Amino acid sequence: MMSDRVAIVGAGMSKFGELWDKSLIDITLEAGMYSIFDSGVSGSEIDGLVVGNMSAGRFTGQEHLGAMAVDMGGLGSIPSYSVEAGCASGGAAVRQAYMAIKSGEHDVVLVLGCEKMSDVSQTEAMNTISVAGDWENEGMFGATFPALYAFMARRHMMEYGTTEEHLAKVTVKNHANAAHNQWAQFQRPVPLEVVMRSGLIADPIRVLHSSPVTDGAAGLVLCREDLAKKYTDTPVYVESSEQSSDTLALHNRKSITQMDAVIRSTRSSLKEAKLTINDIDVFELHDSFTIGEIILTEDVGIAKKGEGGKALDEGITEIGGKFPVNTSGGLKARGHPVGATGVAQIVELVLQLRGDAEKRQVDGAEKAMAVNIGGTGATSIVHILGR
Amino acid sequence: MVAAGIAGYGVYVPRYRIKTSEIASVWGEDGEKLAKGLGVFEKSVPGPDEDVATISVEAARNAIKRGNVNPLDIGAVYVGSESHPYAVKPTGTIVAEAVGCSHDITCADYEFACKAGTAAIQTCMGLVKSGMVKLGLAIGSDTAQGRPGDALEYSAAAGGAAYVIGSENLLATIEETYSFTSDTPDFWRREGEDFPSHGARFTGEPAYFRHVGAGAAGLLKKTGTTIDDYDYFVFHMPNGKFPVAMGRQIGVPKEKLEDSLVVRRIGNTYSGSAMIGLARVLDIAKPGSRIFVVSYGSGAGSDAFSITVEDAIEERRGQVPTVDDYIERKTYVNYSVYAKYRRKIKALS
Repeated sequence: MMSDRVAIVGAGMSKFGELWDKSLIDITLEAGMYSIFDSGVSGSEIDGLVVGNMSAGRFTGQEHLGAMAVDMGGLGSIPSYSVEAGCASGGAAVRQAYMAIKSGEHDVVLVLGCEKMSDVSQTEAMNTISVAGDWENEGMFGATFPALYAFMARRHMMEYGTTEEHLAKVTVKNHANAAHNQWAQFQRPVPLEVVMRSGLIADPIRVLHSSPVTDGAAGLVLCREDLAKKYTDTPVYVESSEQSSDTLALHNRKSITQMDAVIRSTRSSLKEAKLTINDIDVFELHDSFTIGEIILTEDVGIAKKGEGGKALDEGITEIGGKFPVNTSGGLKARGHPVGATGVAQIVELVLQLRGDAEKRQVDGAEKAMAVNIGGTGATSIVHILGR
Repeated sequence: MVAAGIAGYGVYVPRYRIKTSEIASVWGEDGEKLAKGLGVFEKSVPGPDEDVATISVEAARNAIKRGNVNPLDIGAVYVGSESHPYAVKPTGTIVAEAVGCSHDITCADYEFACKAGTAAIQTCMGLVKSGMVKLGLAIGSDTAQGRPGDALEYSAAAGGAAYVIGSENLLATIEETYSFTSDTPDFWRREGEDFPSHGARFTGEPAYFRHVGAGAAGLLKKTGTTIDDYDYFVFHMPNGKFPVAMGRQIGVPKEKLEDSLVVRRIGNTYSGSAMIGLARVLDIAKPGSRIFVVSYGSGAGSDAFSITVEDAIEERRGQVPTVDDYIERKTYVNYSVYAKYRRKIKALS
């Protein structure tokens, strides 16, 4: 039966961080179990599984994660597979599950996002992430993600007067939020001057402007709208799921201070959900580097073009501001286990919409938006949720 | 059972130093920031004719002289190091002959990354307590290797300490020891390789902090003591940052750790590190002072000791150079000379 809407009835995640004593399987199952327990769905009712993962083959030497999760998770013989869309793999997994239910092919689907990044050297981790860009034309020439985001930051500074302090303010805000998130990698505030003094990686990008190398997994249970109330009194609905692509390489874009894929996918998702940006109460925006969050606040429509820095100065993206962004701590402070990130964004928004986000709760949140980016914006996956 | 303790101790640190800023300038790093971050401002460099054997001999001679012991009473010699000059052929025999031991001894070389020397102390304690030997000589000594350009190059230093372990005329009593050991591959060097490899951030939390922390907790439990019962703390010093963070984690007041932090001025002497730190405390501690020592060796394990300084220590001071004497005795070299001395120039070797 075709489902009008798709509901999210379970959300859970593993702790994010350097999980030296846990394997990829451990954390993936942990997130799966938490989300299933949270949903009240019994394992036998799940009829499909999608895993979001970017590069388990290189990070841990394991692929075929769908079968792995079904097998180790004791989920019988249900269909399963993993999807990859660079750093947007998690968002892609959520979208695949959404479409599977929406089409009527599946009723209850478990979505997992996972990445175990700390088992390889830092150089190997950097190279592995870099292949989400255009390896032959960027990575191979040393244009790693910090370098590419540095180009974007420099240009944004030149065109719009964005400052190093703006880059640092994103970090300060997101760390302050993560201090109240028990799953986050860095549950501590960090002062502005410490961010401003932190080591330079690719001028003007500093260590504390960058998301860390993280191990972690997140899970969601999605089901048909008409089944949702059977499992929970507080289902969250996917109001829209949209995706757009752009050139893989940064240098092929008309502008490097905006992400067209984000503009397209946020506009179409708002249209699909019959909402305007002013209806959205809380956001999770992909801040792999803090300049990314500044650019996204503009592309999403929270701030006018070039005024992402000003939005920070005015505090409108803080909890309590008009458009709270990254209440979870974002990629910067919650951590960025690449394939898990897009799922973890949705986990945070589900908590917000249920009113379960505790000290980081946005009062009365009704609608929420997640923007998950792959590479420097070659993929943008947007979900709007409502309660 | 008889008590075991320190009947004599001595150290040796090569005179050459290279500043962290000098190494940093070669690799295009900010030296001042790096030195502050690492807590290592300069490190000792062995001269071209110095190795673990010569360093061990110097330290052992100092230990024997300070303890006023007869080398012929030594029944066991153990040298702990990860830079023994020979892969096969003991350093210990060279040392034993050079310091005048008899041939009626047992001897072996130890290796357990940076804690082989404290493992040697434990072995000697066992032999002394059981009555198998009158005195044992335990040495921790290294000319540590750091790959050019690697983070380790800023800290890998040279130096050693020797402890004569006995049961009479003790300068300090070792009341108790406890070890914590697990298979944790944080740092290693395979046979035939010139430089060690390491797991970067993995060397911190799951390796150093877990093992030193567990070693400390285990010894406190075994002895029924608390942090407050001790006047001085010594932790293995891979850099200046880790021991301070370790102290903070378990609630050691800063001033109780400060005196042992020799790493800031000589770097990480590996097997010599905690043992030289302990020697510096023994150089200044008043009789009755209690010292808490935890060494650490990658791979990984920690050896913890509870030590009380005895009255006899005061009359044995001034006999041989102190740790500070060696720290102050220095000649700076630049990176080129350092590269030559450490045989890092390929065409030379």
